[in-house]
Amino acid sequence: MTEQTPATGQQHTGTTRVKRGLADMLKGGVIMDVVTPEQARIAEEAGAVAVMALERVPADIRRDGGVARMSDPDMIDAIIEAVSIPVMAKVRIGHFVEAQVIQTLGVDYIDESEVLTPADETHHIDKWRFDVPFVCGATNLGEALRRLGEGAAMIRSKGEAGTGNVVEATRHMRQITGEIRRLASMDEAELFNAAKLLQAPVELVREVAETGRLPVVLFTAGGIATPADAAMMMQLGADGVFVGSGIFKSGNPEQRARAIVEATTHFQDPQVIAKVSRGLGEAMVGIEIDTLPPEQKYADRGW
Amino acid sequence: MTRPSWTPGERLTGRDPEPDLPPDAPVVGVLALQGDVLEHLRALRRSGARAVEVRTADDLAALDGLVVPGGESTTIGRLLERFELLAPIRARIAAGLPTFGTCAGMILLSDELDQDRPQPLIGGLAVRTRRNAYGRQLDSFDTRIEVAGIDGGPVDVAFIRAPRVEKVLDDDAVEVLAEVDGFPVVVRQGHLLAAAFHPEVTGDDRLHATFVAMVRAARGDA
Repeated sequence: MTEQTPATGQQHTGTTRVKRGLADMLKGGVIMDVVTPEQARIAEEAGAVAVMALERVPADIRRDGGVARMSDPDMIDAIIEAVSIPVMAKVRIGHFVEAQVIQTLGVDYIDESEVLTPADETHHIDKWRFDVPFVCGATNLGEALRRLGEGAAMIRSKGEAGTGNVVEATRHMRQITGEIRRLASMDEAELFNAAKLLQAPVELVREVAETGRLPVVLFTAGGIATPADAAMMMQLGADGVFVGSGIFKSGNPEQRARAIVEATTHFQDPQVIAKVSRGLGEAMVGIEIDTLPPEQKYADRGW
Repeated sequence: MTRPSWTPGERLTGRDPEPDLPPDAPVVGVLALQGDVLEHLRALRRSGARAVEVRTADDLAALDGLVVPGGESTTIGRLLERFELLAPIRARIAAGLPTFGTCAGMILLSDELDQDRPQPLIGGLAVRTRRNAYGRQLDSFDTRIEVAGIDGGPVDVAFIRAPRVEKVLDDDAVEVLAEVDGFPVVVRQGHLLAAAFHPEVTGDDRLHATFVAMVRAARGDA
């Protein structure tokens, strides 16, 4: 990442700094899955910092089965047209042509996502080749650092999308932040071994050990369904929250969306969380993770 | 054995050494509803201010200055409205509280926006601002620009889905300190300072130093 400082008056687009920088601006916010322009406007009104445009929310992908792919460009265009906040879209793991297509639409962030059916069982997309920034999922620190090595500009813990069950998001956030804390206590010789065990670039391992944090924003995702879920993830060290099926699969999406936004801002204040949790109606019906067959565990996708 | 101390919400914010601040360091709050709060806190500390997060009206009382950070202006505006912070912040600004807005912060401090759909604003700066004036994320850019009153060469800045001032509404009150493509991107109106870009993500702290000097001057420091 030896990018030159521009000369006075020159403008450099697609730099690592503006890619990572947009994620910085999303911190403390909620990114919501939407499948129609109407839902996108509801999300924006509720205070979402960005929307994820997709054809089916993860809960429906689970229900329907089959191969899940990138969305129809017409549908993404319509959502871009509907809102003034950033719009993200998902591509399949390793499907670099879906990413090329999505980049031409002017999407602000691409999610190389395990929620869609992987297109490559060995390689992720070489994200350095794109001007649009990428967010990728991770279940542990090694996975996060491999994605950064490939050029991701933002990381989200994976959780288990479409379940309405926060237990996997908790596991992944604790795993990533715990591993960061352990790295921070290692000496130089131990860091080489840690890089080997993490299967991650040693420069990145050293940077994380020195700074005590990832060099990019860390959001959380996968199973967040209530204001208290969102606030718990924030207290566990997330910089912000993705909510997929949790909002538009619930009884009162407008109110729940607002409540999750407010709980994410005031994640340290249980009185606010209590207040916004009142009278929200039905949360989405959850799934016990142990009842999922292995091929339906999305978090295991990614290498 | 005592339990190790743990504060709910303690963040992995890295190992920032707490800088040695002079005892009379001014207290500058960063509006912490959403956005890149941490980057501003760090830049302010490096610039000699005691930087604190502001989430409630009570947090405003102790401040000598306020920063409205980068983030999503629609989100921050709606949270200001829902948590009833608009009126108390407007009152403090009207009473002379030095305030610095970057990107979303500049949008929120503007009196008018160049768009049909309304969104909650703090206001105070007599400018009409256009959101996403340069386009989408693919058009975001790094650059270096000359800013009037800032010595030491051009300032290293990042424009990320950035706004710009389309029109200055009061030429006598508003000073334009920098322009890009003929449009104002740094403006000052008395105790209000606003930048369309993000000086806080680059490590070039000269705009923060300028603001901390404004805060000291407003407080009556020599």
